[in-house]
Amino acid sequence: MDNLLLLVDAPVFSLQLLIDGLLAGAIFALAAYGMALVWGVMNIINITQGEFVILGGFVTLYLSYLGVHPLWGVPVSALALFIVGWGVYRLVIFRIVDRDLFISILATFGISILLQQLMNQIFGADIQNADPNLGTLFLFNDDVAIANIKFVALAITIVVGALLILFLRKSRIGQAIRATAQSARAARLMGIDTDRVYATTYALNAALCGATGSLVVMTWVIHPFIGLIYTVRSFMIVVVAGLGNLAGVVVAGLGLGAVENFAGFLLGTEFQAAFVFSLLVIILVWRNYRLGKKRQYLR
Amino acid sequence: MNKALRTSLGMALALLILAAPLILPNYQTQLAVLWLMVLLALTWDIMGGQMGYNSFGNIVYFGVGMYTTAVIQRGLFFDIDEYAHVAGGTGSQLSLLDYLLGLGLGLTGGALLCVVLAVILGAGILGLRGHYFAICTLGLGIAAGEIASGWDYLGAGSGLVTPLFPETFFGRGIFFYYYFLTLASLTFVVLRYLYSERFGLAINAIRDDEDKAESMGLYTTRYKTIAWSVSAVFLALAGGAYGNLIGFIDPLDVAFAGPTFGVWMVLMAILGGKGTVWGPVIGATIFHITQELFWTYLLGWQRVALGLLIVVIVVFFPLGILGWIRERWPERFGERVEGKQ
Amino acid sequence: MSHLLEIRDASKSFGGVIANENISIDVPEGKIIGLIGPNGSGKTTLFNSIVGYHPVDSGSIKFSGHELTRLRVPQIARMGLLRTFQQTRIYGGMNCVENMRISTPTHGESLRAMFRAISPEVTEQAEELLEFVGLYEKRWLLAGDLSFGQQKLLEFAMALMNRPKMLLLDEPTAGINPTLINGIIDRLKHANANLGITLLVIEHNMRVIMNLAEHIYCLAHGQLLAEGAPENIQHDQRVIDAYLGAH
Repeated sequence: MDNLLLLVDAPVFSLQLLIDGLLAGAIFALAAYGMALVWGVMNIINITQGEFVILGGFVTLYLSYLGVHPLWGVPVSALALFIVGWGVYRLVIFRIVDRDLFISILATFGISILLQQLMNQIFGADIQNADPNLGTLFLFNDDVAIANIKFVALAITIVVGALLILFLRKSRIGQAIRATAQSARAARLMGIDTDRVYATTYALNAALCGATGSLVVMTWVIHPFIGLIYTVRSFMIVVVAGLGNLAGVVVAGLGLGAVENFAGFLLGTEFQAAFVFSLLVIILVWRNYRLGKKRQYLR
Repeated sequence: MNKALRTSLGMALALLILAAPLILPNYQTQLAVLWLMVLLALTWDIMGGQMGYNSFGNIVYFGVGMYTTAVIQRGLFFDIDEYAHVAGGTGSQLSLLDYLLGLGLGLTGGALLCVVLAVILGAGILGLRGHYFAICTLGLGIAAGEIASGWDYLGAGSGLVTPLFPETFFGRGIFFYYYFLTLASLTFVVLRYLYSERFGLAINAIRDDEDKAESMGLYTTRYKTIAWSVSAVFLALAGGAYGNLIGFIDPLDVAFAGPTFGVWMVLMAILGGKGTVWGPVIGATIFHITQELFWTYLLGWQRVALGLLIVVIVVFFPLGILGWIRERWPERFGERVEGKQ
Repeated sequence: MSHLLEIRDASKSFGGVIANENISIDVPEGKIIGLIGPNGSGKTTLFNSIVGYHPVDSGSIKFSGHELTRLRVPQIARMGLLRTFQQTRIYGGMNCVENMRISTPTHGESLRAMFRAISPEVTEQAEELLEFVGLYEKRWLLAGDLSFGQQKLLEFAMALMNRPKMLLLDEPTAGINPTLINGIIDRLKHANANLGITLLVIEHNMRVIMNLAEHIYCLAHGQLLAEGAPENIQHDQRVIDAYLGAH
């Protein structure tokens, strides 16, 4: 409660939390959009999302060890994860696309454990960060301090988002992806190779996660076991925003970032993860309760 | 196989099970955990297999039962502020009677709390279906662990020590072996009874088509809540005792152990064949024995292997052992065409 | 005249699409009433409104004098108003006998009854009804392994097992082998005459509905177009136009 008083006494501190939170939310939104893509097109909820993010982070981290500036890690991580995603699809996911949801959830859950543990074996369990050395921006008589990388991250998020939309609208395969999302059967009948569409979609999602991870490792820290929270954040954002709604995903992402930041400050950072996971439960139950009044349920 | 042979084999197996901790005194804990695993798989299967509600959060009841038991034990006989010091080894040993009293009350309290919790959580969460239920329970399990590791009263991240097992003519391993054996058998018997009558049919109906069940007037919410409460009770009784068996409760590795017990219970039920009574038992036995025998040779790659195992089993073998047998020989499971006599 | 089911001015729209508009239908106790109309005329929507899948926007639906519009699906089912589905729904992972055993009436079921063993009378009744619909030989097969037509019969038997006062049937003969259709008509008539179950039937097969129903309502474009005895409906120019798409 002391922290609440602090916010009342120093309103400028709320501003710090708000800006920090919104900028964090932009990064969450990027991975969330990938999840919405896979969910909408393939009807798979990809629990592996968070591990892709962390893997992208490790790619950027090791690139920075080689002396390359970590910002270059964004495209490199995206490309690397695109390949990983394609591989995962060819090895496992293509077998579960049309199976029931239990199998797809559990299989992606299994892959996420596998990746987690592999990263633990290969990279070690240390908490790591790739500092881009971009300095800090001070506002309002130095009362508000924001790391510059967060603004860069926001810009990158916007650019990547715009590129993605352009790709889905204009390119041939992008149009095929959107057609498949509407009706896989109809798309197949019209001669679209849905298997390739699925592979591209899944790899594209992994690439988005890779870019996200690259931003995460520059902004915060990563370790092999922190992936699941990114999956849950993505999931929450998509549940709130709905599928195929990019604007909604951005707004929900920013909202989540801000709310989480305030909660982390008020409850103490040791409860921030607890807050995120509890929020997931609350959001789902609340949405379902609202639908229940209309005699429907989340589906 | 003739009847006499079958009976004598059954007797021999029963005897082996009863005498196991005396034959292998060095493996009492591992043997006790075998029955724990059977129980975990069985309780998961109530929801996941029989009712079609794939929960990744049942570990919550395991952990809550564990903490409740330990807190009650602590509160009965010790000063909370001095407790850590006492249990550190310098302090008092409880008499056997006191220990059993504390454990009994603790387990009862844990079980009651978990039923209440199952009803409250169930009111919100059991309305969710499919993907949403699975992921919501996943979040629930992790949230519980995170809350416990931030809560000072429960020792937060540094965990909680359970009272020392009193020194008597039998040891902790023996005591808990028979405890878990009894509890797992009780779970099995209770579930087999429940599945054989109306309750079992109702939750199967919910699994097959919940909308249809509602449109036939079934009290689906009640059945779902009861099913979750039943798994909560047995998980609480198991969790409370497991905390005492291990002697130290770590919030993430022992109590709300999602990456181990939480995942294993799902995997074991699927491996044996979900939706059957014997499937979870078989799956748990095979999984646990394999794990104890071979896991150590993997030198730290166990959990990588676990992830791989999940993917392989789920993708290639989703019906499990009993499900596969059923598909091969449906007549053995009573599926047959039969005219009037 | 007392009506078992009374629908007054029921309206329902989804988004901007009006599915039902001011529909009034009466179903007297003990009768067989038909509901026809071209595809998309709002028949199934009306069924869904009656049994509580979605509330009506306005109007009232009364069953034995009780207002249904605020009740939920299971509550309505427990009052003795059941429906079958156009896309047949049975419990695929259970065998036929189990499907029947769990379909007993649940009205006023106590908590203890949920844990009770299933009485031999229930099993006996289940087998009688399976015999009645001609599935006795297949009673130990998984319901999911039956053919579509057989599943339809099973669903009908399950509904009878529930001893409803009234049954709403959504296309009971769709997808059924034509040689079996007469058998279905007989069974429906039997259920009506001997078990006292009032029927409201959606049907596209004109031969069936003319044979079965004593009174027919015809919907088109979400509105009640015509009603009357089967022979009158058969010769009603508006109905013929609606079916041939002359609108």
